[in-house]
Amino acid sequence: MKLREIAHSRTGDKGNISNISVIAHDPSQYLILEKHVTAQKVKEYFSDIVKGDVIRYTLPNIGALNFVLYSALGGGVTRTLSLDAHGKSLSSALMNLEIPMEE
Amino acid sequence: MGTIRIGSGAGYSGDRIEPAVELVEKGNIQYLVFECLAERTIAIAQQAKMKDPNIGYDGLLAQRMEAVLISCKAKGIKIITNMGAANPIAGAQKIKEIAQQLGISGLKIAAVTGDDVVEIVRIGDYTILETGESLSTIKDTIVSANAYLGTKPIVEALKNDADVIITGRVADPALFLAPLLYEFHWSDEDWDRMGQGTVIGHLLECAGQITGGYFADPGYKDVDGLARLGFPIAEVQEDGTFMITKVPGSGGKVTLATCKEQLLYEIHNPAAYITPDVVADFTGVTFTQIADNQVQVTGGKGQKKTDFLKASIGYVDSYMGEGQISYAGPGAVNRGKLALEIVEERLKIMDVQYQELKVDLIGINSLHGSKISTTEYEPYEVRARVTGRTQSMKEAIRIGNEVETLYTNGPAGGGGATKSAKQIVAMVSALVPRSLVKYKLHYEVI
Repeated sequence: MKLREIAHSRTGDKGNISNISVIAHDPSQYLILEKHVTAQKVKEYFSDIVKGDVIRYTLPNIGALNFVLYSALGGGVTRTLSLDAHGKSLSSALMNLEIPMEE
Repeated sequence: MGTIRIGSGAGYSGDRIEPAVELVEKGNIQYLVFECLAERTIAIAQQAKMKDPNIGYDGLLAQRMEAVLISCKAKGIKIITNMGAANPIAGAQKIKEIAQQLGISGLKIAAVTGDDVVEIVRIGDYTILETGESLSTIKDTIVSANAYLGTKPIVEALKNDADVIITGRVADPALFLAPLLYEFHWSDEDWDRMGQGTVIGHLLECAGQITGGYFADPGYKDVDGLARLGFPIAEVQEDGTFMITKVPGSGGKVTLATCKEQLLYEIHNPAAYITPDVVADFTGVTFTQIADNQVQVTGGKGQKKTDFLKASIGYVDSYMGEGQISYAGPGAVNRGKLALEIVEERLKIMDVQYQELKVDLIGINSLHGSKISTTEYEPYEVRARVTGRTQSMKEAIRIGNEVETLYTNGPAGGGGATKSAKQIVAMVSALVPRSLVKYKLHYEVI
């Protein structure tokens, strides 16, 4: 199943760092996110784009994860050659991530 | 004191204007905040100010003030904005001029300065946070340096009965937190309350992004009325509990989902969101939908502020040249790829001097590269894009030229070529001791 089926997401930017939230539509599915959407998995998924570390923060209170992607914006919003300088479309890419169906 | 209602009238410098008018007319607000200063905006404004000392404030300042000033004055709504950009004093003078033209009297305008720290960073030894290198490596190319000020100057201006407060670089949440400190007499060392107030500012600072903007995904996250999106209002109680809402009948929606997305927007560690006023902790925030388009927010906390202020430093980094051209119909992708190959070879033959080059096929891989941009079908049309970083405008122009000449020298059916070249003013940041940064207030009264 695609991550998009159980979660929604928004991208933010600061300098050369992107952050992507992954939020459970239904808070009861938060644990699925916590189990399957790891920092390692996100780093591998974005290996073409993200040159630095990926750090995951958990916010069980609102059923959300926050991924911080270092060296992710082609040198930074203000100097990148990328068409999407802010990386605003990265959240949509992550929603395409395949995660296992829970029994 | 009952509750205070604060409206967010702009989320960036080019934002729509009429939602702010709607807040003034129908929002029953006491404060209207315009947040209009992106990272780079102030550096560009500083370049403009160097050419003409009477400008350097936000380009839409006059339009926004003309749209709301009469009603705000009549209703006693105070305006707080960072539209002063690189020149808050000239911005305040412009507001005075507009007020006079509109026949307004009895208006006090405060300009906040002191965020300009160019002289401080030039003589000091500072480290670039992004790279770890010394700031001295870019010293000759610096065009601006501005420290993020906090709530203090705004609170002081409110105490001195200012109706309009115009600042340069101020932390975005401080624009919203300051009126709460003033109205509710909160201590600025009550860190949990400062943290909760920072949640308010953070949720409101991007205006429509919490009322359904930057959110819709048809079939998954539907939002009605985005063409007449209502901007948000925070109705705040004395204990800091607040509700996010919007003008009834306006477009968009305020739900748990829109609030959660905005809470994490541009946040790194949610337990330590560092502002000039507090280190805020968002991990305990709880959202409750109490009615349609009304979400209650509690649980923001905080810890003592740090001894440093972040400064944003603008410098001339490089130049960027770009060209684009489209191909369509059968074989469009192969013709687009051929176009890119030709341009790369031409740049070599012509010895165009670039430090970095990016070639994209828009429709195939321009946003996320090749690895994750998979599709079963070949698109009907593609747009070839070549972008390069250079050290002069002259070389930057040559890049777009090599794309445009594909018209008569490249693959069949290339259309809609565009080209551009620009100077890149980029931003880095550094930490400056708080004790070195002194704000100042200037007043205009009519």
